[in-house]
Amino acid sequence: MNDVLLEIKNLKTSFRIKDDYYAAVDDVSLNVRKNEVLAIVGESGSGKSAFAFSIMGLHTRAKIEGEINYKGTNLVNANANYMKQLRGSEMGMIFQDALSALNPLMVVGAQIDEAIFLHNPKTSKSLRKKQVINLLNQVGIPRPEKTYYQYPHELSGGMRQRIVIAMAISNQPELLIADEPTTALDVTIQSQILDLIKELKDTMHAGIILITHDLGVVAEMADRVAVMYAGQIVEIADIYTLMENPQHPYTRSLLNSIPTLAEVKSDLHVIQGVVPSLQKLPRTGCRFASRIPWIEDSAHEASPELHEISHGHFVRCTCYKDFYFPEQAKEERNYVAN
Amino acid sequence: MSLIEVENLKVHFPIRGGVFQTVKDHVRAVDGVSFSIEQGQTYGLVGESGSGKTTTGRAIIGLNDITSGKVLFEGRDLASVSRKEYIDVRKDIQMIFQDPFSSLNPKKRVIDIVAEPLRNYEKLSAKDERIRVQELMELVGLSPEAIYKYPHEFSGGQRQRIGIARAIALKPKLIIADEPVSALDVSVQAQVLNFMREIQKELNLTYLFISHDLGIIRHMCDHIGIMYKGRYVEHGTAEEIFTNPQHIYTKRLIAAIPDSDPRNREKHYANRKLVKSEYDRLEKDFFDEEGLPFSLKSISATHQVALGEGV
Repeated sequence: MNDVLLEIKNLKTSFRIKDDYYAAVDDVSLNVRKNEVLAIVGESGSGKSAFAFSIMGLHTRAKIEGEINYKGTNLVNANANYMKQLRGSEMGMIFQDALSALNPLMVVGAQIDEAIFLHNPKTSKSLRKKQVINLLNQVGIPRPEKTYYQYPHELSGGMRQRIVIAMAISNQPELLIADEPTTALDVTIQSQILDLIKELKDTMHAGIILITHDLGVVAEMADRVAVMYAGQIVEIADIYTLMENPQHPYTRSLLNSIPTLAEVKSDLHVIQGVVPSLQKLPRTGCRFASRIPWIEDSAHEASPELHEISHGHFVRCTCYKDFYFPEQAKEERNYVAN
Repeated sequence: MSLIEVENLKVHFPIRGGVFQTVKDHVRAVDGVSFSIEQGQTYGLVGESGSGKTTTGRAIIGLNDITSGKVLFEGRDLASVSRKEYIDVRKDIQMIFQDPFSSLNPKKRVIDIVAEPLRNYEKLSAKDERIRVQELMELVGLSPEAIYKYPHEFSGGQRQRIGIARAIALKPKLIIADEPVSALDVSVQAQVLNFMREIQKELNLTYLFISHDLGIIRHMCDHIGIMYKGRYVEHGTAEEIFTNPQHIYTKRLIAAIPDSDPRNREKHYANRKLVKSEYDRLEKDFFDEEGLPFSLKSISATHQVALGEGV
C-alpha cells in the first residue's frame, strides 16, 4: 500500500543481563500508516515502551534485530547522525513525564526554539521566535508571549505536557510517538490533551503511535490497536473489531478487568499471576498459557503465530478458540444443574 | 449514628516569608468540608490533584494538623481528644497508601511490617504474633511462608496487599484508602479492588476511598463527594452523581472520562465541547469572585450541590 509510513518487520530488541541477551520486544511486525492513530496497549513489562524507543533509536545498549523501514532506509542499521536528523524533525516523541523531559534551567520558549534551530540552522532568530509563538498558540497555551519566558516549574502539569507536544511537532513530523502522554494528568486535562492530539492529527496528517495502558484512551483515540503481551503482539485489529469482537484471551481479560461507567459489575475479572520478568519469560509455546491455567494445553499451539481470522484482524495462538472465563463456566454449570 | 462525621473541617498551611519567616498567608488546602460515613459503607472522595482530597484523609488520621472543625469518630472529636485517648481511637482508623513501593520499609521483613501495629497495641508472644501475621497473610491471599521475605521480593499488587494486611491487623473500623490502585496495572488493580470489597464484607469495614478515577469510584462507592479547591462542589449517592450531576464542574469531570465504546467517539467529543462552553458561560454563576465554589445547598435528601444565589 502506498500510504504506509513505517514498516516494521520481525523487530527484536534484546537487553543484556549478565552474559545473555533477553528479548523485550520479540518478533514484532506491523505497519504504521499516514494519518492514523495506532495504539499499542499492554501492561507494564509488556515491551511497549521498549518498542517505541527502538523505533526512535533511543536505546544505547540494546541489541536490535529486524527491519524498521522508513522511506526506503532500514533504521536498525542507520548511522547515528542520520537518526539524529530524523529525531525531532521527521519523527517526534511525546514523553510521559513532561517535567523530566524538559530542561529545568531553560525557559520553555528557548527549548522549543532549540528544536527548530537544530534542524533548520538557517532560520533567523526573529522568524524562529514567531514560529515558537505560533506553536504555543497551536497547542492551546493562553498567553504564548508570556509563557515563552517561563520556566517549566512555573507551569502546571497540563501546560508542561503542551510544551512537550509543541516541541515534538515543531518541525511538522510525519511520525509522532506518544508514550503514555496523559498518564500523569488529571482526567479533565487528559481529555484536553487527547483532543489536542486528535486535532493535530487532522491538520498534520501524521502517523501517530499511541502507547498506553488505558483502554478508555484507546477507545477515544485509536484507529487500529495492537495488544502486546510479554514482548509479542497477541492481537491486532481496527478499533471497532477489537472492542466489539476481541478474540485473544489477554485482550478479553483486559477488557473485562476495568470498571466502566456504563455498567456496574459486582466483581471485576482478575487475570491470574503476573507478567513474567524478562529473564523468566517462556521462550517456547503460548506465553499467556501460564495465566489461563484452566485452558487445556492442547488448545495452545507449539509455536504460536499470528493468524488472520478476518481482514486485518490477527490473533496469536489458537487458544482463543477454546477460551472461556472461569466465572462464566461456573454460571453455565449452575444453570445446567438447575 | 454515623461511624464518622466530619464537620466543617479546615486544614490551612501557613506560607512563611520575609526576614523572620513570619506567616504571610495561608494555603487553604481544605476549607470547610463536611460529610459522614455509615458503618460498612464506602465513601468516595473525588477531585483533581490539588483539590484537597488527600489532605482531608490525612487530617482525619492525624497526619496533618486540623486548623478548625470537628472530626467525630463514634461520637468522640478527634481534633480535641487528649493524646492518651487519641492513641486508643487511632487503633480503629488505618490507612492504605497510594504507592506500595515507598510505603513499605525496604529494610524490614514482611513479618515486621505487618506486626508493627500489633506490637504497638497488643502485647503478643513471638509465637502468637507469628501466627497472627500468617493468618493475615492468608486473609490477603499471600503465602504464609512468605513472612520472612523482604518487600522487594513481591510484585506491586502483592505489596499493596501487604499494605492492606498491615492496615487490617488491628481489626480497624475505618480504613482510609488514598488512591490505593493508581500505581498498579489494570489487571492487578482489579485484583486489589475485588479483594478490598471482599474483606469489607467479611470484617464489616468502612472505607473512605480517595481517588481521581471516576470509573473506580463508581465501582466501589455508595456515596460520593466531589472536591474542588478545598471545598465541596457536590455530594450525593453514586447514582445521583453519575446520572444526574448538577454542578457544572461535576458535569465536566464526567464528560472528560473516556468513553469505552469507540462508536460514541464523535458524540462524546461533541458533548465534551458543549459542556466546556457551558462551563465557560456559567462559570460566574457557579463560582464566587475568587473562583471558589459556593456552600452546599440540598436539592434532595441525599443530594447537595454548591449553588450560588442566582441559580
